[in-house]
Amino acid sequence: MVNIEKAPEGIEGPGFMATNLDQVIGLARKNSLWPLPFATSCCGIEFMATMASTYDFSRFGSERPSFSPRQADLLMVMGTIAKKMAPVLRQVYEQMAEPKWVIAVGACASSGGIFDTYSVLQGIDEVIPVDVYVPGCPPRPEQIIDGFLRIQDLAANEPLTRRSSEEYKRLLAKYDMK
Amino acid sequence: MQELTAPADYLPIAMQLIFAIGFIVTTMVATHLIGPKRKTDVKQEAFECGIESVGNARNPFSIKYFLTAILFVLFDIEVIFMYPWAVNFKDLGWTGFVEMLVFMSFLLMGFFYVIKRKALDWNH
Repeated sequence: MVNIEKAPEGIEGPGFMATNLDQVIGLARKNSLWPLPFATSCCGIEFMATMASTYDFSRFGSERPSFSPRQADLLMVMGTIAKKMAPVLRQVYEQMAEPKWVIAVGACASSGGIFDTYSVLQGIDEVIPVDVYVPGCPPRPEQIIDGFLRIQDLAANEPLTRRSSEEYKRLLAKYDMK
Repeated sequence: MQELTAPADYLPIAMQLIFAIGFIVTTMVATHLIGPKRKTDVKQEAFECGIESVGNARNPFSIKYFLTAILFVLFDIEVIFMYPWAVNFKDLGWTGFVEMLVFMSFLLMGFFYVIKRKALDWNH
């Protein structure tokens, strides 16, 4: 079944349609999120299944997983992040293009999971801001897709001014980013 | 008889070209102008998979391998010419044989030159 995205609400008349820019850009962003898979362990294996034919991740507009942060919109962190990996993750996040979203897939990325130990980061939100957390150890592809749909909601409803707002700047300042 | 095509008939194609290029230029400029940007020092750095980059990428390095690879391609092509000759060996007869001998001797001269110049000597 083919689902065609509904046009945003606006003023319609014969031969024209007017709506606000936020919604149009949100619609476009929502349906062309290019993910950067940052897969470090078993959740990454689940993501491989998510990308493959049965679950077909690309039907949500993520046809092209980006392995460089330069063209990526969504950082998908899947797996245990060791403390030595934290600066790498941070650098990758900082080098992504604006606007960007982050999804923490699985217990390890969200909270450290069972690895309550000196060497493992207790959740990636200690180093980068996270938009959506997906629970599970590891989560099934359906759960990853559900998390991705939540990111789509965020992208669709984000006002254009959000990334330059004081609130967002405070958030970045909390992570010592500019 | 009326001429079937006039230069003016190609105007739509020119128009299409102008629109196609114009669309690309306009969208590229528009996205660069209205797209959100955040230029920080960290972001402007070269992407090395999140690892700090070390040294300069523009260093001189030995091109020995390049020379070997090029010479390989050259003599590889020579072998390719021998296959059709082998297939038509009887049809081509003595003339073909002599022609191949000339061809091979030319290439062999080149080969001796390569060896004399020590191009294949890795430690040279």
